[in-house]
Amino acid sequence: MAGQIKKTPRLLLSLFLLALGTIAQAEDRVHIYNWNDYFAEDTLSGFQERTGIRPVLDLYDSNEVLEAKLLAGASGYDLVFPTAHPFAARHIKAGIYQPLDRSKLPGLDQLDPAIMASLARVDPGNAHLVPYLWGTTGLGVNPDKVRAALGEDAPLDTWALIFDPEQASKLAGCGISLLDDPTEVFAAALAYLGKDPNSQAPEDLEAAAELIKAARPHIRYFHSSQYISDLANGATCVAHGYSGDVLQARERAKEADKGVAVVYRIPREGAVLWTDVMAIPKDAPNPESAQALIAYLLDPSVIADVSDYVYYANPNQAATPLIEAELRDDPGIYPPSEVRARLFTPDERSEREMRHLNRLWTRLKSNR
Amino acid sequence: MTRLSKRSKRLRPSGEHRLSRLINIGLPYLWLGLFFLLPFAIVLRISLAEPLLAQPPYTALWEWAEQGILQIRLNLGNFQLIREDDIYLAALLNSLWVALVGTLGCLLLGYPMAYAIATAPERRRILLLMLIILPFWTSFLIRVYAWIGILNANGLLNNFLLWLGVIDTPLKILHTQTAVYIGVIYSYLPFMILPLYANLTRLDPTLLEAAADLGCRPWRAFTRVTLPLSLPGIVAGSMLVFIPVVGEFVIPDLLGSPGSLMIGKLMWTEFFANKDWPLASALAIVLLAVLVVPFVLMQRLQQDDEDGRT
Repeated sequence: MAGQIKKTPRLLLSLFLLALGTIAQAEDRVHIYNWNDYFAEDTLSGFQERTGIRPVLDLYDSNEVLEAKLLAGASGYDLVFPTAHPFAARHIKAGIYQPLDRSKLPGLDQLDPAIMASLARVDPGNAHLVPYLWGTTGLGVNPDKVRAALGEDAPLDTWALIFDPEQASKLAGCGISLLDDPTEVFAAALAYLGKDPNSQAPEDLEAAAELIKAARPHIRYFHSSQYISDLANGATCVAHGYSGDVLQARERAKEADKGVAVVYRIPREGAVLWTDVMAIPKDAPNPESAQALIAYLLDPSVIADVSDYVYYANPNQAATPLIEAELRDDPGIYPPSEVRARLFTPDERSEREMRHLNRLWTRLKSNR
Repeated sequence: MTRLSKRSKRLRPSGEHRLSRLINIGLPYLWLGLFFLLPFAIVLRISLAEPLLAQPPYTALWEWAEQGILQIRLNLGNFQLIREDDIYLAALLNSLWVALVGTLGCLLLGYPMAYAIATAPERRRILLLMLIILPFWTSFLIRVYAWIGILNANGLLNNFLLWLGVIDTPLKILHTQTAVYIGVIYSYLPFMILPLYANLTRLDPTLLEAAADLGCRPWRAFTRVTLPLSLPGIVAGSMLVFIPVVGEFVIPDLLGSPGSLMIGKLMWTEFFANKDWPLASALAIVLLAVLVVPFVLMQRLQQDDEDGRT
């Protein structure tokens, strides 16, 4: 769910790296399948220096693509980075990961116990999954344009910007975008309605669908990465998006210096907290190398550098003091505890419900 | 064929001849079996299964139960769902519509181009054909991405029109059906031009001379002589454009609106987001069935054409 950034270069890069990967046939290798912009620039070169294992990196841009490859089998990857809920949870059920040798991963006990406990719900005993980075899904807002449309004291930290038809109709002119992801959008709609965001009750889903349908005329587009550049150049004023991506848009707007301001807000009604995890597929060709890479990424100084680079928080408590103060104090990256209390993790839905939700989503998007 | 084989029989020992004939006839069938029938059988088999959270993500079709009983489970629910849920029909109709518009656009643009190339001096033809083929040297994906840069609200086209003063506010073309038409026509134009060109160069120029001698004006000669004779080229080019465009996924995904329904995108959703390989396979089967009809029509037209000539 990280950096849905710059689709074109990502695709090109992944093709290029794929080509490189097939050429490189060194002895000790580890094949990594990760989101793009999810390592610091020197993370992998540092790993090779330390261990002598040659990392080969491929990139993907959605959990679905990763999942399709893993379920088809014989993916050839040694280490993958799915989002814990609901993806990795489902993979654990399908039995496609191998258990970790915890004796070789001494860094595990530095990880945030709250996150480990939440992972243990889907991965008993934390046997297969190690958390890598985490973030939230909230609102990227252009404060000047939103206040111009709604008034000086309009609150920015609320889903009402999207789901209250009165506010949304005033903001439609400057542009509202939603993630193209039913799990995220339904969770936000249920949170706005004050219902359990994980509710499986048909009447709750029905109410959420009605809410989204009513907002549909005011939504400019559904997309999971387009909003980054649109926020940065002022083409959109409210975007439902991932924390790190919105923060990237903020940095880009600052660099462009054209008077566009972007802020990231976690809505007061509650928002999704997600964790991306590391896991080793059962049919991984080099599981020992993958273990070595996990151990390396558990090193506090390594993961602190990653967070500094990608604007996502990490679960390593020993790394927190090493992170740049500017990031550590950013409530969008490390939310204060009263905000964290409002965050929730999407539960896994049954396969049948998930399909129902996805088909409902296709229908809502096409305005039928 | 028979005459040919009799002659070659005299030239070669018969065992070797039989082998070569086997290879000659067998190879196309082997190709067809390996790359069409076998994948089709696999897709058909998956379309009759049920989705499952496993590796691979669908149920087995048959199982050996105890005491030699073979249990076969066929799930027709996928086809039922496609029939009952009108979203699939709507997507299919929209895909067919986009393919139709794309094909007509390619034909209207491609016919004059193919005609111009076919009637150009021989030396220049090679150059002109090269210009048609040249874009293929760049990846299809990159060429479609380039259109995003052209059609964007602050892209090349809008900036140019704003600069000309033709428009005051940028046109919204990207993420609309119009952008899909543009992308489709651009990408598939060569597939229309090449078969048309091949057909038009084979036309006998003396037929047009005869028409002119008999007092037929050029335009009438074109509609009465050239156009009917180039019909096989038109049909071949149209099929080459129409059939792949119906299942097109990349162009609507990159250029179209997120709400637009295309059968290729629905298949993506079923395959990736829903992990419902059986339903995606059933959609593929339905799509194939829909596409077989124009293909059969084309075969018949070509048959008529050949019968007409002999």
